Amino acid sequence: MAWESVIGLEVHLQLATQSKIFSGSPTTFGAEPNTQASAVDLAMPGMLPVLNEMAVKSAVKFGLGIGARICRRSVFDRKNYFYPDLPKGYQISQFEQPIVGKGTFDIPMDDGSVRTIGITRAHLEEDAGKSLHEDFHGQTGIDLNRAGTPLLEIVTDPDIRTAAEAVAYLKALHSLVTYLGISDGNMAEGSMRCDINISLRQVGSETMGTRAEIKNVNSFRFVEKAIHHEIERQTDILEDGGSIVQETRLYDSDKDETRSMRSKEVANDYRYFPEPDLLPVVIDEAYIQAVADELPELPQEKRQRFVAQYALSSYDAAVLADNRELADYFETVTAACGDAKIAANWVQVELLGQLNRGELALRDSPVSAEDLGGLIARILDNSISGKIAKQVFEGMWQGEGSADDVIEARGLKQVSDSTELEAMVDAVIADNRQQVEQYLAADEAKRKKLVGFFVGQVMKISKGQANPKIVNELLASKLV
Amino acid sequence: MTIEQQDIENIAELARIRIAHDQIGTVTDRIAAILAMVDQLQAVDTRNIEPMANPLDAVQVLRADVVTEPNRREAFQAIAPAVENGLYLVPKVIE
Repeated sequence: MAWESVIGLEVHLQLATQSKIFSGSPTTFGAEPNTQASAVDLAMPGMLPVLNEMAVKSAVKFGLGIGARICRRSVFDRKNYFYPDLPKGYQISQFEQPIVGKGTFDIPMDDGSVRTIGITRAHLEEDAGKSLHEDFHGQTGIDLNRAGTPLLEIVTDPDIRTAAEAVAYLKALHSLVTYLGISDGNMAEGSMRCDINISLRQVGSETMGTRAEIKNVNSFRFVEKAIHHEIERQTDILEDGGSIVQETRLYDSDKDETRSMRSKEVANDYRYFPEPDLLPVVIDEAYIQAVADELPELPQEKRQRFVAQYALSSYDAAVLADNRELADYFETVTAACGDAKIAANWVQVELLGQLNRGELALRDSPVSAEDLGGLIARILDNSISGKIAKQVFEGMWQGEGSADDVIEARGLKQVSDSTELEAMVDAVIADNRQQVEQYLAADEAKRKKLVGFFVGQVMKISKGQANPKIVNELLASKLV
Repeated sequence: MTIEQQDIENIAELARIRIAHDQIGTVTDRIAAILAMVDQLQAVDTRNIEPMANPLDAVQVLRADVVTEPNRREAFQAIAPAVENGLYLVPKVIE
């Protein structure tokens, strides 16, 4: 039987604000436990929440970024449950009236195609603290530094069909939110955490199967593995004639499996009701317009512009537009050398290659965009060949200066002087009589292949620095 | 709406309220009486009335995104039953 998986994702995005969503405590990651937890975050009696303007603005930016409806009036609710890392006994969230309504999001796939994923909603809420279960003599340690960090929960429609689509969605979302500057998107520090809803149905069926929810997956790779695992698990159960239990599961990356959380709670009965300590949030047209005016060019627009303006393939455009710094770097290289295609190639192959090998971020690149553009300009004006350029790039990477500095210091300038080249060509012809005779005896088609041998010999003598165009011309005139 | 003893036990569990076994019947009857009153309210036609999120006729004022709270961990932890390495200790919770 052929099964189709139906997947929806809920992403909890930590917003990059200075202070918490309802208090003036800092949100810096990695501080000493409980040093960033104020009386509001600790739920001391009588404390009242005051909403952070930047959290609201970030949500509006996101909504505009996916062309969603921004709700003019949104309401906070209490989501009630007991857990020690949630001192109030409820989480302030939004339930029936979220700040961001329906929208759509276009995802570039690796094959260059585009998938559109529906966004159901996005709402503001507060993060919980952290529970540490080890080493406290049978007790649990609670750190409330994270309690009250603003979150935007972004919920997709059940539009995703494969693990690859889920990962492509998350990458595109990561790209969007970092472009917007509303989150640092640091998954290792938990800035972007993902819950996966997944069910199977027979291909062609329109009804949904029973779903399982996998909680708190925190890397692109784990999302992919968790989905593969869960599809396999559900397929086995259904093929054996069993049925799926609706439940929450945890992905264990060490064992590469999902397992039931065996929650004691009978059902997720959160008994939502409107938060009486906060008034409705009302946003007017002028505010939305002001935020819209601040938006940068977004990844999707940039990809389309790169294809139109620079004639890049949609794949190259997607790679280069993936983050803002890389896109800016590429455009600076292009402006400096005047050839977008070669610039795109050098940025993707040589630059990203070196950065990956050295595990460096783009901002730490020892070669500036202007200098890389300067190097490419030397290929374009025939001062050096593409092959020599790689040596020059190595030198620049080692801190030997600009392209011209390295070419000068290492004596790598292409030899275009025809007297010098003529002497080399004559020497090669004199030293390879047998090949010359073969060449002369061959027909036109074969000659084209055989001439490569002579070019290669001249390159060898010149250490790769001979101008191949002039060498070819000289050979053509002398091999008669 | 009718309410059963089982519902009361369930809600008490969710709210972490312990009700003595011999009290459950009384509590159920009392809440049932309250709900009967709510039923009267439910009968009012509210089709053209916007749901009220807050009785105050005002909208939320927003706070500028600046850090205003100093670290007062020492003062807060002085009144906590158990702390270690800066963490609050609570009875073990693990699923």
